[in-house]
Amino acid sequence: MSLFIIVALPFLGALLPGLMNAAGRAATAGVTFTVTLAAFIGLLTNLPSILAGEVVMTRVDWMPLLGLNFSLMLDGLGFFFALLILGIGLLIIAYGRHYLSRDDNMGQFFTYLLLFQGAMVGIVLSDNILLLLIFWELTSLSSFLLIGYWKHLPEGRQGARMALTVTGMGGLAMIGGMLILGQIVGSYDLSVILQNREMIQADPLYLPALILILLGCFTKSAQFPFHFWLPHAMAAPTPVSAYLHSATMVKAGIFLMARMWPVLSGTPEWVVIVTTAGLITMVLGAVIALFKHDLKALLAFSTVSHLGLITMLLGTGTAFGAMAAMFHILNHATFKAALFMSAGIIDHEAHTRDIRRLGGLRKLMPVTFVIATLAALSMAGIPLLNGFLSKEMMLEEANHTVLFNSPWLVPAFATFGSLFSAAYCFRLIGHVFFGPVRDDYPAKPHDPGAGLWLPPAILVVLVVVIGVAPFLAEPFVKLVTASVLGDAAEVPKAYFKIWHGLVPALYMSVAAVLGGLVMLALFNPALRLWDRAPRPEAKTIFEAIVEAAAALARAIILPLHNGAFSRYAAIAVVVIVAVGYHAWRTGTVGETTRTMQAIGPVPLAGWLMLVAATAGLVFVHRNRFMSLILIGIVGLMVSIGFVFFSAPDLAMTQFTVEVVTIILLLLALNFLPNTTPIESTLLRRVRDTGVAVVGGIAAFGLAYHYLLRDAVSTPISEFHLANSYKGGGGTNVVNVILVDFRGFDTYGEIIVLGIAALLIYALTETLLEGPTRAKLLNRTPDQARAGDKHPMMMVVMTRVIMPVVLMVGFYIFLRGHNEPGGGFIAGLIVSIGVVMQYMASGFGWASARLRYPYHGVIGAGVLIAGLTGVGAWFVNKPFLTSDFTYVRIPPFEEFELATAALFDLGVFLAVVGAVMLSLESFSRLSRLTTGPGDSEPMDIDPSRDDDPADSAPTPKEAV
Amino acid sequence: MELLVASAIGVLTAGGIYLMLRLRTFPVILGISLLTYAVNVFLFASGRLTIGASPILQDGVETYADPLPQALVLTAIVISFGMTAVVVMISLGAFLGSDDDHVDDQPEPDPETGPERAEGTS
Repeated sequence: MSLFIIVALPFLGALLPGLMNAAGRAATAGVTFTVTLAAFIGLLTNLPSILAGEVVMTRVDWMPLLGLNFSLMLDGLGFFFALLILGIGLLIIAYGRHYLSRDDNMGQFFTYLLLFQGAMVGIVLSDNILLLLIFWELTSLSSFLLIGYWKHLPEGRQGARMALTVTGMGGLAMIGGMLILGQIVGSYDLSVILQNREMIQADPLYLPALILILLGCFTKSAQFPFHFWLPHAMAAPTPVSAYLHSATMVKAGIFLMARMWPVLSGTPEWVVIVTTAGLITMVLGAVIALFKHDLKALLAFSTVSHLGLITMLLGTGTAFGAMAAMFHILNHATFKAALFMSAGIIDHEAHTRDIRRLGGLRKLMPVTFVIATLAALSMAGIPLLNGFLSKEMMLEEANHTVLFNSPWLVPAFATFGSLFSAAYCFRLIGHVFFGPVRDDYPAKPHDPGAGLWLPPAILVVLVVVIGVAPFLAEPFVKLVTASVLGDAAEVPKAYFKIWHGLVPALYMSVAAVLGGLVMLALFNPALRLWDRAPRPEAKTIFEAIVEAAAALARAIILPLHNGAFSRYAAIAVVVIVAVGYHAWRTGTVGETTRTMQAIGPVPLAGWLMLVAATAGLVFVHRNRFMSLILIGIVGLMVSIGFVFFSAPDLAMTQFTVEVVTIILLLLALNFLPNTTPIESTLLRRVRDTGVAVVGGIAAFGLAYHYLLRDAVSTPISEFHLANSYKGGGGTNVVNVILVDFRGFDTYGEIIVLGIAALLIYALTETLLEGPTRAKLLNRTPDQARAGDKHPMMMVVMTRVIMPVVLMVGFYIFLRGHNEPGGGFIAGLIVSIGVVMQYMASGFGWASARLRYPYHGVIGAGVLIAGLTGVGAWFVNKPFLTSDFTYVRIPPFEEFELATAALFDLGVFLAVVGAVMLSLESFSRLSRLTTGPGDSEPMDIDPSRDDDPADSAPTPKEAV
Repeated sequence: MELLVASAIGVLTAGGIYLMLRLRTFPVILGISLLTYAVNVFLFASGRLTIGASPILQDGVETYADPLPQALVLTAIVISFGMTAVVVMISLGAFLGSDDDHVDDQPEPDPETGPERAEGTS
């Protein structure tokens, strides 16, 4: 099976458990199991190639320029880890199905689990280190979800957060390290990196890269001083603890150290850092584990200790150490997962994991007793079980390791750690299973169904088989070791066997086991000593650091970002002006190339009005109605300016937009206060004036500067002028640009306009539904209402001119291609015509006559414009390519038909819909206050002498 | 003529910035509208000023005003209407929801001094 499918299966399969949730727990677990089984079998199909010593590779270029490619590689090491991940995954899924209670959302659980599984498989199969980093972060995220799976438990949430923080920080460090590594080698492909040992180790950046990568590995694999997150992650459900925190995820860091072993190991820095960290972790974990009363905490610290052991073996940098490490990974995964599952069984049946409340379970739970005892004895290093074999190899390797120039340091600590390791294993067996049967268990313990004990039992069978017949595992472990070592070293010749003769490792082993038994005998005095000794609490320290970081962030952000938006705006203005001034001072200012045009009296008058209106607006802005009038004057002057400077289209647009904007602001002022109170201090007003004047001078300077100079390079406008008639079939170049040359822009713009209108509609709906509804209903208007709400003159006038407005709109639309006009302007004109009906006869009357909802009008406009563009595809032209032709229908003159006109129709409809939807939304707010409105067009009924039955028009249902 | 247009842009910008720095929503909206005028005229003027030469192609006429800035500004005017409408709606919603049309965050009223609103921050 292709490696892609193996990696993709868990991710795709992650969709299924959620979907199957309704079909019941068995179905959910079943589908998860099937997906994993498929990936597992797919992996096994690659076994022959692996056994033949080949490396299976697949590759798809993803972002080749960044060096990020989706390339996968399967060699012995990858196969070994993938086998562990998928194989133990199968057992965990079977176990989890029986472990989770009816209250747990099983679909969610298995979805997270499959996500994690996919990410893990991705890590071990990645050939590209950037791809590996992506999967690496994915395991951090999915493990966060799994640890915090029981969301109601505060320990779960805190543990998840801590795990994410620690492993996430390590992941960040590792990204840095990997990038340096990639820069050194010039490739991000692992297969290339692994060939360049000398180049990497000679590089001055080797040490930073090594430290950063090791930070990632140590945080993930819970090495000292980052070991503290792992015990807190035990708040997760036990299947998660067994899967992530003993068999797979915590081994990701070790996997990476093994993967990078050929290029990173062997230097003095590597030996010192990795061996020391491993040794400390191993001893510390073992000592703490002995004094933990929670079964899972004991196992967690023992996992920390064993991870330290493996790290130390990799740190020695010898081929034998690497082989011992690989063997111990296999052994640890089997006995530790079995132990975690046994602890889960005990918790499940006795309802407690506290060792002090257990004891005597040997008779009550014989099956669990056998499983857990065999696994624990293996962990303690008792012969005929697999833990003994790799522990012997570890002690053998420790015996040859010289650290800090001391030949006895490593062996002594290794023996000491093994002693405590044996002690906690014996304590686990002795204090949980042996001793008298008690009568105060929280629940009556008994052996569970096969669903719970069979998965750990399968693992224990492996424990015994490997322990009795180590030669069965030897070829496989050597195959894996060979792919770890690569070309850096030869696979050692040593054979796996139970009896090596009277070697020092055997004496160390015997000493550890005997010492462990003595330790158990002395447990109670030792515990009292331990409880009295002061110890730093990692969680407190961690929380203090996090709190300090948060306080620092608050101290920086809050003063800067204090919610004073007007201050932000002032700062922005000053900064922009300063940057512009800097550019002005440092750049070269070209010579004046244009002559100033003479100022006539009419433009001067217009200018005076504009300046006066702007100044007046600033001075009387507290009177809001007055300021509306003044801003209208400003807009009018701007429109006239456009006419004067040869932009008739702009003038028409500005003028019509002005009308609808004023109506909109009037509608809003209906609710807002009519005056602005004086709040700012005189000093502040002076400051704002200063900022405003500086900004104004800057804008003036820039505009004046370029108005007197020609463009530095030739503008592209010449192209548009030359091709407008030839290519676009229209003489109004502005309109041809809008609907043809830059049609795609316009298409985007009408969509934006539509979205803005829909946003306004949505906000109105929220206001009408939410707590403001009551406020609006009880609101008393602050202005006197009109005595004549629907003046007859206005009603009659608007009715009369409505057809005229529509015809003008139609005319402006049609001529748009050749004369000033077009869809935008026509749309605005028609909107004004419709708004006038609302103003004259009221919202109720007008909306009762509304045939099409404005959303639909917007949608129709965007659709027509889009379909016009799509039409070009049918003649094999790119989107929005236009065409035109001239037709003659007697007795009319010849006229032009252009697809651009159809596009312009879309623009027209979108503009009408957007403008009307915005204004209508505002009106709906006031309608809530003033009541439902009238169904009559005006207050006076001109036909009152007639029979009332047939005079009033029947109101239609508002849509 | 260039002086008139440039100074008009300057005046509109200055007025716009001053109003934009006010404390209540409505003057800020007016300020943004003034700034919109300034920016539109500024963009339009980047085609340089041409009198009496609309970009409507005619036989025998060689000089036309630059059509490209005009097309850009035309859509900008329509979009700025949409933007103004959204801003007005947001400020209206905020006012209706809290009976407060301040732009800046207001300090929490002190429960001991009663329900009176605390003074503005700056």
